[in-house]
Amino acid sequence: MLQIPLWKRVIILGLCLIGLALAAPNLFYGRVEAHNDAVAAQEKTGAMSAEQTAARDLWPDWLPSGLVNLGLDLRGGAHLLAEVHVADVYKARMDSLWPEARRALAAERATIGAVRRAPSPPGELRIQIGEPTQLARAVEIARALASPIVSLTGVGQSDLEVTGEGDTITIRLSEAEQTATDDRTMQQSLEIVRRRVDAAGTREPTIVRQGADRILIEVPGIGSAAELKELIGTTAKLTFNPVVSTTSNPDQPAGAGNVILPSAEREGVYYVLEDVPVVTGDELTDARPETDQNGYPAVGFRFNTTGARAFGDYTATHIGEPFAIVLDGKVISAPTIQSHIGGGSGIITGRFTVQEASELALLLRAGALPAGMTFLEERTIGPELGQDSIDAGRLAAGVGFVAVVAYMIASYGLFGVFASVALTLNIAIIFGFMSMIGGTLTLPGIAGIVLTIGTAVDANVLVFERIREEMRQSKGIARAIELGYEKAMSAIIDANVTTFITGVILFVLGAGPVRGFAVTLLIGIVTSVFTAVWVTRLMVSIWFERKRPKTLEL
Amino acid sequence: MAFRLKLVPDHTTFDFFKHQWITFGASVAAVVASVVLALVMGLNFGIDFRGGTTIRTESTQAIDVGLYRAALAPLGLGDVAITEVFDPNFRADQHVASIRIQAQANGEAISPEVVTQVEAALQAVDPAVRFISSESVGPKVSGELIWTAIWSVLTATVAIVVYVWLRFEWQYSVGALAALVHDVVLTIGLFALFQIKFDLTIIAALLTILGYSINDTVVVFDRLRENLIKYKTMPLKDVMNLSVNETLSRTVMTSGTTLIALMSLVILGGDVIRGFTLAMAWGVITGTYSSVFVAKNIVLFLGLDRNKKTEDPAAKFFTEKAADADH
Repeated sequence: MLQIPLWKRVIILGLCLIGLALAAPNLFYGRVEAHNDAVAAQEKTGAMSAEQTAARDLWPDWLPSGLVNLGLDLRGGAHLLAEVHVADVYKARMDSLWPEARRALAAERATIGAVRRAPSPPGELRIQIGEPTQLARAVEIARALASPIVSLTGVGQSDLEVTGEGDTITIRLSEAEQTATDDRTMQQSLEIVRRRVDAAGTREPTIVRQGADRILIEVPGIGSAAELKELIGTTAKLTFNPVVSTTSNPDQPAGAGNVILPSAEREGVYYVLEDVPVVTGDELTDARPETDQNGYPAVGFRFNTTGARAFGDYTATHIGEPFAIVLDGKVISAPTIQSHIGGGSGIITGRFTVQEASELALLLRAGALPAGMTFLEERTIGPELGQDSIDAGRLAAGVGFVAVVAYMIASYGLFGVFASVALTLNIAIIFGFMSMIGGTLTLPGIAGIVLTIGTAVDANVLVFERIREEMRQSKGIARAIELGYEKAMSAIIDANVTTFITGVILFVLGAGPVRGFAVTLLIGIVTSVFTAVWVTRLMVSIWFERKRPKTLEL
Repeated sequence: MAFRLKLVPDHTTFDFFKHQWITFGASVAAVVASVVLALVMGLNFGIDFRGGTTIRTESTQAIDVGLYRAALAPLGLGDVAITEVFDPNFRADQHVASIRIQAQANGEAISPEVVTQVEAALQAVDPAVRFISSESVGPKVSGELIWTAIWSVLTATVAIVVYVWLRFEWQYSVGALAALVHDVVLTIGLFALFQIKFDLTIIAALLTILGYSINDTVVVFDRLRENLIKYKTMPLKDVMNLSVNETLSRTVMTSGTTLIALMSLVILGGDVIRGFTLAMAWGVITGTYSSVFVAKNIVLFLGLDRNKKTEDPAAKFFTEKAADADH
């Protein structure tokens, strides 16, 4: 009959209360956010300032403190889609393979003749040998340089692909190794971007891999995409290269294996450097702002063991020669090596300001990006626009809600009131659920909620219309209500499943704000069926028990 | 009996097939017109789909679009479109403009130098101007986004049609498909006619329209299936009319509440998502129309095998479960 067993009532009421409790913090957004920030800071540092304690006390610890995240379009911030040039790493690998290959091949100079590196496209190493007839032997030697791949998909495969034609051997990374390398490059890039963004102390950045070679970076609260790009540092690459000579002509031929790079400090001064660095920034373990012996800001650094050994060996054998510190393709400074530097630590001097020195230290500490990046998509949303959007969304939602409620009550009277209560609960539960899962509310997401306000009553409309029909066939009130809920169910299920399908597709294929819309839409569908069917039914049932009405005004 | 707002009287016996050739003709004409409009006038694609940059500026002074254009002309950025944005929510001294710059040659998004140049040039002619937001999409990504968009609309359509086919009969799914195509094409036509910016959020709106339209259609189908069992000898056309009439009150009511909510968004929700909300509001109108006048006409045209068992096992399962829950 119309009665609903007690346990079911408890569950329905319980779910509603949980939803309300979870949604409640969002009514005090600023307070709860300050509280959460303070708690997070306490967990991180262990200590707490008076200010933070005050902030923490704004919201009691025992209450739920989950909040709906505001999307970039509501909070303001920057969004970047970066493409990582994974092929850069192939080139670096081939370049570092050359000395090793030369050594191996040169050992058999007697049979294969003179060995030299031929010009080749990036990612390939081409070696010409003096005796083309001995090509097979040379290929064999080169193949010995390869090692098996350790990865899930590429077990048993070699990391290098060696082919020979005429007098030239071509070495490139095998496909399996390329995949494995790409993966490592992406992991490394993600980690470095994350560390750099975190170091700037912004709140809740989103840094995720997208597809094979892309990284999506969303940082709320940052001034602009340009600022974010600067923070990430497109190619903060540090190397230490031997200096061949200095020149004032950037176009002069550099000679094999050399490059010409400008000086960062002095206009018109160029350095001819050996292309293969002695040590790279990858081998840094620490960097921090310091002062040099004259009291000027400088950056102190320390290498790991391999870096320290390479650096020590080089400085021991090249005393009195200049040595370039290269950052992002510019020579920061080119000091002369005064003595053997054995401990693996040193200092970079240059004309830094204090701020520049600490920024450089931060960049070095975060490590170099393994490959360059191109930015395919950039979005900056100012905080004012976000606030305007929130205000407009709130106003539209409020007006829409009141209008729908008025329409429902005008059409269905008391039952319209039931439906309106259910609608209110529905919105609260949507917020509660989003807070619980840490969902992100975007501007289209607000539109999704307003749309839900419009469609959530659909299930009620279906039921109420059905009750009206059943009453016309002069059945008893209780029976009519019961049949109304029962018979409307099939249409409610069908209607919501189809909408759910489109919501899932939106979620899977959409990104950013569109996905935010999909999330509120999907949650709204589930909660609206719950509130419109079960919650109103509970209300109707309680009302019926109390009043025992003889006629039904619907 | 207390006062009740009833837009649809209790018993209606409209003949929805009486003018079926007019309504059908109107639908076909509207679809053809939309396709022609989209082809001839083209869609006003946003940067999501064709790459480029949009910058939103705000100033306390009235905006002189000509002045802005003249300021940007020397920069040689190619096609630059400047439009002033109006919205009832704006304050009296809030003047907003949207500047769109075409995609630059390489696959990248716009360089910060160009943005700085643009900002400096505008500041020179309007010192009060501020830059509220800027979005830039490289042509590489925009090309992919087009495909994602087409994919998602196609996948959603196919998924819905398959669901309707499984739950009903194949004739219903053809009817549903016709209704969906009708609604999507008409929405695209509206965007072509008024040259409203067509971007990724509009695709989200299109998918929502698909969901809404099928929702409406399915409610009619559901009733049709029920009545086909009840009135075994009544001609198919009459059963259809009866089903639409029986659900008419609900159709009007639900479209009404949804439209109320959406119109509130269109008017008050701000200009940033106006295209999105407008598309959805329009979709609700076409969706309602198509479920009453398009979907079932196709089913009638195809005919149904009425000797076959039409009751749906899943529906029975749900109702029985609902009934069980009370005992």
